[in-house]
Amino acid sequence: MPALQALQQRLFGWRDDGLAPVRLDRRRIFILPSRSGLLFALTLVVMLLAAINYNLALGHALVFLLAGLGLVGMVHSFRNLYGLRIAPGHCRPVFAGDTAEFTLLIENDRPASRHGLVFQAEPGRSTTTAVGAREQIRVGIPVSAPQRGWLPLPRVVLSTRYPLGLFTAWSYLQPGMRCLVYPAPLFEPLPAGVPNADGSGSAGGQEDFAGFRQRQASDSLRHVAWKASARDDASRPLLVKQFAGGSDSRLELAWSATDPALDDETRLSIMTGWVLAATAEQQSFSLRLPDRLIADSSGSAHGERCLEALALFRP
Amino acid sequence: MSSTREQPLRREQPPWLFAAALATTLPHVLQQPWWLSLFGGVLFAMAAWLWYEDRRLPGRWLMLLLAVAGILSILAEFRSLLGREAGVATLVLFMAMKLLEMRSHRDAMVVILLGYFLLLTHYFHSQDIPTGLWLLFAMWIVTAAQIRLHAATLSPRENLQQAASLAIQAVPFMLVLYLLFPRISGPLWGLPEDAFTGQSGLSDSMAPGSIANLVQRGDIAFRVRFDEAAPARQQLYWRGPVLESFDGQTWRPSARRGGREKIVESGPRIAYETTLEPHGQRWLLALDAPVALPAGSSTDGRLTVSATRPVESRQRHRLFAAPAYLFNDDEAAASIDENLRLPSGSNPQTRSLALDWQRQAKQPLDIVARALTHFREEAFHYTLQPPLLGRDSMDDFLFRTRRGFCEHYAAAFVVLMRNAGIPARVVTGYQGGELNPRDGYLVVRQSDAHAWAEVWIAGRGWLRVDPTAAVAPERIERGIVDALPQGEPLPAFLQVRGDWLRDLRYRWEALNNAWNQHVLGYDGQRQRDFLARFGFDADWRTLAIALSLACALVLLAVCIWALRQHSRPAPALRLWHRAQRRIGVHCAPGETPLAFVTRLRATDPALADRFEPVVRHFLLARYAPQNKTSLAALAAAVNRLPRRRIA
Repeated sequence: MPALQALQQRLFGWRDDGLAPVRLDRRRIFILPSRSGLLFALTLVVMLLAAINYNLALGHALVFLLAGLGLVGMVHSFRNLYGLRIAPGHCRPVFAGDTAEFTLLIENDRPASRHGLVFQAEPGRSTTTAVGAREQIRVGIPVSAPQRGWLPLPRVVLSTRYPLGLFTAWSYLQPGMRCLVYPAPLFEPLPAGVPNADGSGSAGGQEDFAGFRQRQASDSLRHVAWKASARDDASRPLLVKQFAGGSDSRLELAWSATDPALDDETRLSIMTGWVLAATAEQQSFSLRLPDRLIADSSGSAHGERCLEALALFRP
Repeated sequence: MSSTREQPLRREQPPWLFAAALATTLPHVLQQPWWLSLFGGVLFAMAAWLWYEDRRLPGRWLMLLLAVAGILSILAEFRSLLGREAGVATLVLFMAMKLLEMRSHRDAMVVILLGYFLLLTHYFHSQDIPTGLWLLFAMWIVTAAQIRLHAATLSPRENLQQAASLAIQAVPFMLVLYLLFPRISGPLWGLPEDAFTGQSGLSDSMAPGSIANLVQRGDIAFRVRFDEAAPARQQLYWRGPVLESFDGQTWRPSARRGGREKIVESGPRIAYETTLEPHGQRWLLALDAPVALPAGSSTDGRLTVSATRPVESRQRHRLFAAPAYLFNDDEAAASIDENLRLPSGSNPQTRSLALDWQRQAKQPLDIVARALTHFREEAFHYTLQPPLLGRDSMDDFLFRTRRGFCEHYAAAFVVLMRNAGIPARVVTGYQGGELNPRDGYLVVRQSDAHAWAEVWIAGRGWLRVDPTAAVAPERIERGIVDALPQGEPLPAFLQVRGDWLRDLRYRWEALNNAWNQHVLGYDGQRQRDFLARFGFDADWRTLAIALSLACALVLLAVCIWALRQHSRPAPALRLWHRAQRRIGVHCAPGETPLAFVTRLRATDPALADRFEPVVRHFLLARYAPQNKTSLAALAAAVNRLPRRRIA
C-alpha cells in the first residue's frame, strides 16, 4: 500500500536510514501509555475517590506521589531511548528457511546504562538487551528468511518499557541493510562421471596420492599432512596432501545437468547442495548457469561466489 | 510489542514481588481477623516455598477452591465484601492468592497495583508520621519490584537506587498536586457503617466507671491555641454533654428541648482555636462559657456547642469564651423541675443526709458548701479503681465504699443537691490540659476527661461546682497524674516524670501537631487561604490553570534534568565523527580506524596521508584517556583536514 506508506512517511518521517549511524532524537521517539499504564491510571482514580470519600489527607498525598511517579516514569522511558546511537552492522548469508541475523551496533555514550531495550523486526520474535554506560554492543536481530535472494531488513521497532512499564517508548529503525539468502540446499549425488574424492567412500581416491602442496587458508586442518609438515623446518607453511582424482577430471556443476522436469527452485537447491558438497570435499569445480559461468576453482571464497550466483539467479 | 506482557517471569523476579506483597500487607496483620493473617501467611509461605524449590504453581482448581474458601470466610466474618474492613480483608486475600498464580508479567503487574492500593488502606487506621514513613518505605519496595519487572539487568542495589531516584523525582509533583489539586470534602457516597471505628471520646451517657475507663487512654482529644496567654488551669473546664436525667445508675442527656440561653458577660473574652480529633459525636468541646459561636454550630440551651454533623474528621474551630458570666438566672420552670427529679425511693440514706443539711441551712449555697466540706473532711479517696456499687449506688458510695473517681463525686453531689431541693446536673467534658512549651499548644487528652456538677441558684443562675476539687484538689491544680496515688493504671507515658523524657514527648507531640495542622489539615479552606495569599480566587478554573502550569513546569524541569548531559558523545568520538564528515568518507561499521585508513589509502593516498595523524591521535585519546594532551592533538589534526563536499 504505497499510499499508506507515503502518508506514514509524511506523518512520522519513516525513512530508509541508509547505512549511516542514526541518533535517536525527539523526532524519532514515540511514547504512549501501555496497557499497564492505563490500568495504573485507573487504579489511581479509584484510590483518589477512596481518599476523598474517607477524607484521607495522606491518601491524597499517596495518590499524588504515584501520579508523579507515573509522569517521571514517562520521562525515563523516553530517556531510555533518547540519544542512543544505532549503526548497521552486517549480516552473514543464510540458507532459505533459516533465520537471518542482522547485526546492529548500539552505542550508549551516556554515563548511565540503559535497560530493557527490545528489538523486534517481525511479530513474536524479539531480542531484549541492555547497554552499559559508555558502551557499545552488537545486537542480533533475527529475521526469518523464507526464500533465496536479497532479504532486506524490515522496519525494526526498538521499544522499551523501562523503568516502570507504564509507558512504551519506541522508535522505528530502518537501516538499508540486506542479507543474502542462498537457496535451501538439497543434497543429491554430485553429477555423474565425477570421481569421488578423498574421504567420501566407494572409489579409491585415497590411493591416487599425487603429492603435497602448501596449505592455504581455505584448506581444512583435517587435510593437513602433519607428518610431512613436521619433517620440515618449522617456519615453512603446512603441507596438504593432494590426490590425483581432483586434478584429472574437471567437475562442472551445470544447470543443464539437473532434471529439467523439476521446477527452477528445486534445481537451484540441488545445485546448492552440489556446491556445498564439492566445497566440503575440497574439489575444484566450475558452475554453469544459463546466463553465467563461474570458472573452475576451489576454496570457500569460490564456494560463496557460486552460492551468491545461485541465490540471485533469475531463470 | 504485546509479547512482552505475556512474558513469563524470570527466576529472580518473584522475590521482589514477595517483598512488595509483604511490605504492603504486613501492617494489616494487626488490624484484621487472626484467621485471615494466618491464611495469608500460609499462602505466602507456600508461594515462597514453591519458588525456592522451583516447582510448578498450583492449578486452577486449587486456586478456585482457596478463593471460594477465603471469600466465604470473609463473608462469615464481616457479613459483606464491601465495607471498609471487609474490603481491606478481600484485598489482602487477593494479594496472597495472586502470589500463587504469578506466572507472567501481567500477573506481576496486578500484584504491583494491588500493592499500591493496599498502601492507601493503611490510612484508614492512622495517618500519623510513623505510618507515613512506613508507607514511603513500602512504596519504595513496590516501585523497586515494578522496576525489576522491566529490567532484569540491574543489580539489586542499582534497582533500589533507581526506585528511590524515581520516587524523589516524583516528590515535586506530589507537592504541586497536594497544594493545588481542588479539594473536595467527602464523603462522595454513603460511608459504610464501619467507616469510623476506633475513635474514642466522651459518650453521651455516664455510669460509674465510664470516665475512669476513658482516662486510661492517652490519646489526644483536642489541641488548643489561645490568642493570648492561656488562662489558669483551674479555669480550663472544657464543656461537653450535659447530663440531666438519672435512672439510679446511668446519667443521660435530657430528652427535653433546651430553652433559650441568656449570658451576661463581665470581663474580657478569651479567644482561642481548637483542633478537635474525630470522636463520632456532634459536640465540640468549648471553654465555659462559649459565646459568639462559629458558623455551623449551635447550643442547646445548656451551653454545649454542637455541630450539625458528627465530627468524623479532624476539625478546626475558632471559639470565644467568657470566663466570668451569669447564665440563665431566670431558668425555665421545666428545666428546674427536671433537674430536681430523682428515681423515687432510691438511695434513702443519701436522701436523709441531704434533708438534714437542708433543715440546717439558711440558704442554698450553704448546702453546697456543706456537701463540699463533707467530701473534703470525711475519708473519701480519689481512685481509678473504685469498688463496684450496689443497687442504691449513691448510698453505697457515700456511706460504704467512699472510693471513687470524678464521675462518682459529681453524681453523688448532684443526687445530694436534688434531694436537698437544689436544681443540679452533671456536666461532662475535659478539665485542664498540658501546655506544650515547644509549640505553645495546649494538649487535652482523653486522660483529662472529667465530670463536674452545676447547681442552679435563684438570682445566680447555673454555677459550676466541682466536688472532685474538694476530694483531690491536685486534680484541678496540677492534673490527674499528681492527683492519683502511685500504682494507678494510667497510660505509661503519663507517668513519666523524667524531665528529658518529658521534653522528648513535647517535641514529638509538637511535631505531630505541626503535621496535623499543616499536612493533614490542608483542606479546601486552607487551600483557598493559601491561594488568597498570592492574590488568587480559588475557583476551580484558577486551580486548574495553576495546577497545569505548575505541573508543566515541574515536568519540564524533570525533562531537562533527565535528558541533559547526554546529547553528545564522548569528546574523542565526536572529533572522530567530525573528521569523517570533513573528508566525506565514513568508517564502515565494524571497520577499525586502521583498516579505514588502509581502505582510504587504496582510493586516495594523499588524503590517507593527511588522515593518518587523526587516526593515531584518536586511538590515543579514546583508549589511553589518561593522556590529556592527545585530545588536543586530535582536535588539531582534525582541523588540519581538507574539507570535502559530502557525497
